[in-house]
Amino acid sequence: MSAILIFLALVTAVAGWWLARQRLMSKPWLEAGPVNAFPETEASLLHPAKLGLGVFLAVVGALFALFISAYFMRMVYADWQAAPMPRLLWLNTGMLLLASVALQCAVVAAHKGQVDNLRLALLVGALTSVAFLGGQLLAWRDLAAGGYFAAENPAVSFFYLITAMHGLHIIGGLLVLGRTNVRAWRGERPAKLTLTTELCAMYWHVLLVVWLVLFAVLAGWAADFVDICRQLLS
Amino acid sequence: MAIALVLVLVVVGSVLFHALSPWWWTPIASNWGYIDSTLVATFWITGAVFSAVVLFMAYCVYRFRHKEGQKAAYEPESRKLESWLTLVTAVGVAAMLAPGLYVWKQFVTVPKDATEVEVVAQQWQWSYRLPGADGKLGTSNARLINADNPLGINPEDPNGQDDVVVEAADLHLPIDKPVKMLLRSIDVLHDFYVPEFRAKMDMVPGMVTYFWFTPTRTGTFEVLCAELCGTGHGFMRGIVMVDTEQDYTSWLQQQSTFAQLTGPAKVGALADQAKAVAAME
Amino acid sequence: MVDVTPHGADLIPPAEVGEMELYHPHSWWTKYVFSQDAKVIAIQYSGTALAIGLVALVLSWLMRLQLGFPGTFDFITPEAYYQFMTMHGMIMVIYLLTALFLGGFGNYLIPLMVGARDMVFPYVNMLSYWIYLLAVLVLVASFFAPGGPTGAGWTLYPPQAILSGTPGGTGPGIILMLVSLILFIIGFTMGGLNYVVTVLQGRTRGMTLMRLPLTVWGIFTATVMALLAFPALFVACVMMLFDRAIGSSFFMPAIVEMGEQSPHNGGSPIMFQHLFWFFGHPEVYIVALPAFGIVSDLISTHARKNIFGYRMMVWAIVGIGALSFVVWAHHMYVSGMHPYFGFFFATTTLIIAVPTAIKVYNWVLTLWRGDIHLTIPMLFALAFIVTFVNGGLTGLFLGNVVVDVPLSDTMFVVAHFHMVMGVAPIMVVFGAVYHWYPKMTGRMLNEWMGRFHFWVTFIGAYLIFFPMHYVGLVGVPRRYPELGDTAFIPPSVHTLNEFITVAALTVGFAQLVFLFNLFWSIRHGKEAGDNPWRATTLEWQTAGTPPPHGNFGKELPVVYRWAYDYSVPGAAEDFIAQNDPGPATQGGPA
Ligand code: HEM
Ligand SMILES: [Cu+2]
Ligand SMILES: [Cu+2]
Repeated sequence: MSAILIFLALVTAVAGWWLARQRLMSKPWLEAGPVNAFPETEASLLHPAKLGLGVFLAVVGALFALFISAYFMRMVYADWQAAPMPRLLWLNTGMLLLASVALQCAVVAAHKGQVDNLRLALLVGALTSVAFLGGQLLAWRDLAAGGYFAAENPAVSFFYLITAMHGLHIIGGLLVLGRTNVRAWRGERPAKLTLTTELCAMYWHVLLVVWLVLFAVLAGWAADFVDICRQLLS
Repeated sequence: MAIALVLVLVVVGSVLFHALSPWWWTPIASNWGYIDSTLVATFWITGAVFSAVVLFMAYCVYRFRHKEGQKAAYEPESRKLESWLTLVTAVGVAAMLAPGLYVWKQFVTVPKDATEVEVVAQQWQWSYRLPGADGKLGTSNARLINADNPLGINPEDPNGQDDVVVEAADLHLPIDKPVKMLLRSIDVLHDFYVPEFRAKMDMVPGMVTYFWFTPTRTGTFEVLCAELCGTGHGFMRGIVMVDTEQDYTSWLQQQSTFAQLTGPAKVGALADQAKAVAAME
Repeated sequence: MVDVTPHGADLIPPAEVGEMELYHPHSWWTKYVFSQDAKVIAIQYSGTALAIGLVALVLSWLMRLQLGFPGTFDFITPEAYYQFMTMHGMIMVIYLLTALFLGGFGNYLIPLMVGARDMVFPYVNMLSYWIYLLAVLVLVASFFAPGGPTGAGWTLYPPQAILSGTPGGTGPGIILMLVSLILFIIGFTMGGLNYVVTVLQGRTRGMTLMRLPLTVWGIFTATVMALLAFPALFVACVMMLFDRAIGSSFFMPAIVEMGEQSPHNGGSPIMFQHLFWFFGHPEVYIVALPAFGIVSDLISTHARKNIFGYRMMVWAIVGIGALSFVVWAHHMYVSGMHPYFGFFFATTTLIIAVPTAIKVYNWVLTLWRGDIHLTIPMLFALAFIVTFVNGGLTGLFLGNVVVDVPLSDTMFVVAHFHMVMGVAPIMVVFGAVYHWYPKMTGRMLNEWMGRFHFWVTFIGAYLIFFPMHYVGLVGVPRRYPELGDTAFIPPSVHTLNEFITVAALTVGFAQLVFLFNLFWSIRHGKEAGDNPWRATTLEWQTAGTPPPHGNFGKELPVVYRWAYDYSVPGAAEDFIAQNDPGPATQGGPA
């Protein structure tokens, strides 16, 4: 359960940092009076949707940290055999990276009010994401063609399971990104699209990071890395 | 008002129930008297806290119940009182934890001279295996299990040939000899539980778990399964008999070893199977 | 009192107004059925939870009948018993208590108490309820599936959960259970995002964190925990579905089932237990923390005294929430995991007892020198303290690793967790319903029915579960449909079991009185007015009762003080509402 504990330690650190600024040591019964005395501890001006997405991404992070924990726990058993990594995954990773970059460009364009750039960036973001998903499907086919099915080898089961989970999250994101695209191409003003573009970008960045970590775990580098750290420590 | 009285009755009733009830643990038959002592100490501490808190509450309800014109005091906190209470609680908790961990240390440290006894659980019966003359148990593997080899003992392993197999029958143990119970399951989770021994442990397919104890009293004790294992769980019973050295030896002589049970005719077939399984893994 | 002067004229704009467009229902359907109003959603959640909870209650009667009078009821076979037990446990913990505290009380109270017009994402909030309903329906469907619902125990431990020796193991029963749990988690996450963000961003002006009522603190912390803990159950369920549906070997080792070699190989049943309890232990506090918060407010309001040690209470809630993520393996002391884990988890478990004890002290110290009105909510709050202290103390037996060894998997455990996470939180649920029903309907619940309900429930529940500890101490294992002839179990235990069954049936029927009261008082209850308990928190200061759509009038309330200004010396009344600027303040509401 080390992966999830590390993740939770990070979450706790963020929560602790925030709580530390909320005057938890104050004595509220002595502080009756004007409402605006402690502006820093009131609700912030951050848009609720952004905060909401942030919290959701923490949940997503916990979910994948738990899958990784399970992966590491299962790995130590005798029958474990690493799964082959289809070469295609590198290309897919590139696609997802492109999507992330494109959406970042979209954010910039939206802020600057550049309609054409925004439309283009949003479209590229969506298409590269679809390409990523298609690539993942092809990677599955490669594995299956090599005789690796979900049931026999636990490493392969994990591969199918975890990539499917990640893919489902991308599909969920695509629903929103698709709607944003439709709105942009129907001619809505960039100013009105800023929020949703920003949310999409944030979601994609995090899913990219999640994918990179998952890739490292599934390919076995994470385990190698842990081993090296262990050796350095002992 | 009635509530203050009922709160007092709850405390008095609970204490009386505890003191007078005929329901108490079964007389112990193992070396784990320490566990019982820790449990009793915990009863004293927690019982005192429970009585104190509820009686204090009853007093407050009685003394400070609403009356015409009464006004509550205004006291947001008292750092001193809270610090004291925290400290006292921490000490009380430590007083329970320290002996607990001390005894746990003993519980998980198996003495060197403990004899190994294997318990094999399956839905819904108990079987046992004792190391034969060589004092060693042979290896085993679930994949080797079949009608002729119900415990999956490895026929290739010389240590296993003289193992005594007790299939779906009673287990006997000699008194005053520490035993390490090696626990194995061939299907689902089970748990080897003899109330008089106090110790118990789950049996997990795919691994061997263990606990140790020394029987200190001869007699017949019932084995129950303490981990849900399907519809037969409540009926999965067995018998352990703790014998004097003499009785134990005579019982042991009547048991058959793995080699005797399989017989020369079947050994070949079993060995082939073992090779096949080994190649597969 | 310290006089706090404003930081200057630049007032912070209220975050919520203007940011969020209030949703307006146009038809009966969108107003009462597909409603996005948190208050309606709260009632939908509570109604569904109580309905399915009633099923769990009836199942508990059937189990008790079997335990008290084994062999009398032919239809309660061991299979049936395990199915009842599994469904009872799962429904009570997840579909009743979690849904009721977070989906029910959370939805109703958070926006009102923090001074918001609604949840921040009303549409997602509505979806949350409908997915929850779907989860409940899938669960109910498993009763009618071939082979019946799963009988794997609420812990669903593999391998047995998906094998033929367990009812529903190879039929659809277990699959429906797993799917239902997955749906529940998705639905809950949607709701949970709302509760968290509403507390963070929906607070009205002046509502700083340290002015929040403890109810909000409790529900907020519990929701954060649930958001982080439920994924563990999600992962466990998905992986078990894989093992069951396509034959993978995450949790399934090589086994021989009923004489047949299984196709599985190498999996780890203990891994499932780690995942399950990584969720399962926080789950206990997910149910407990809202109860802690609510009961603090009930005690303070009805004792007309500020909660003692508010700061400590907040710190304890946060501390318990964080610590409860590192104690999970105290459910696994005898699971066969590495024995050295026992040292670590026993220590963390007993450490958690300290902040928990502080909370108990502060509740009782709030009563000290109070002006205690023995209303029904107050009675239930007292009952909560008794049962919670009792259950918490037996937790010290089970948390202290070596003491757990003889007690684990016996009826002692069953008695312990019913006391601490069954009876105690349910007492708070009842107290809270009697407390807030006047706000939800405008009428008080009938007093006499209420008192009858209280006495039977409190005394009865104690009589069920206190003696049950001793059944476990004798050595009777849990999850046994009957004891048969067992040498070490004296006949008196059977008599005790009969007694417990009678008590359980009595308590069960008293709940029907409560249900009747809920419906009867909607029309016939005494008119309550806006603030019958003379309480300080914002939900009692709404524009009307029940609060209208949008909760407050044209302007949101502005908060000037903490939630516990009861019996303030020199004040005209024995309470000052949170939105009361008070005589000492310069400048009125902005
Ligand atoms: C008057 C009310 C209740 C009665 C009479 C009752 C009775 C029972 C009984 C007889 C069992 C089976 C014990 C066994 O054979 O091992 C059981 C199990 C259980 N109950 Fe209750 N119960 C009640 C309320 C609750 C509540 C409110 C909860 C909520 C936390 C709850 C949670 C559970 C759980 C989690 C199990 C374990 C199921 C399992 O072993 O898989 N019960 N209850
Ligand atoms: Cu068993
Ligand atoms: Cu069993």
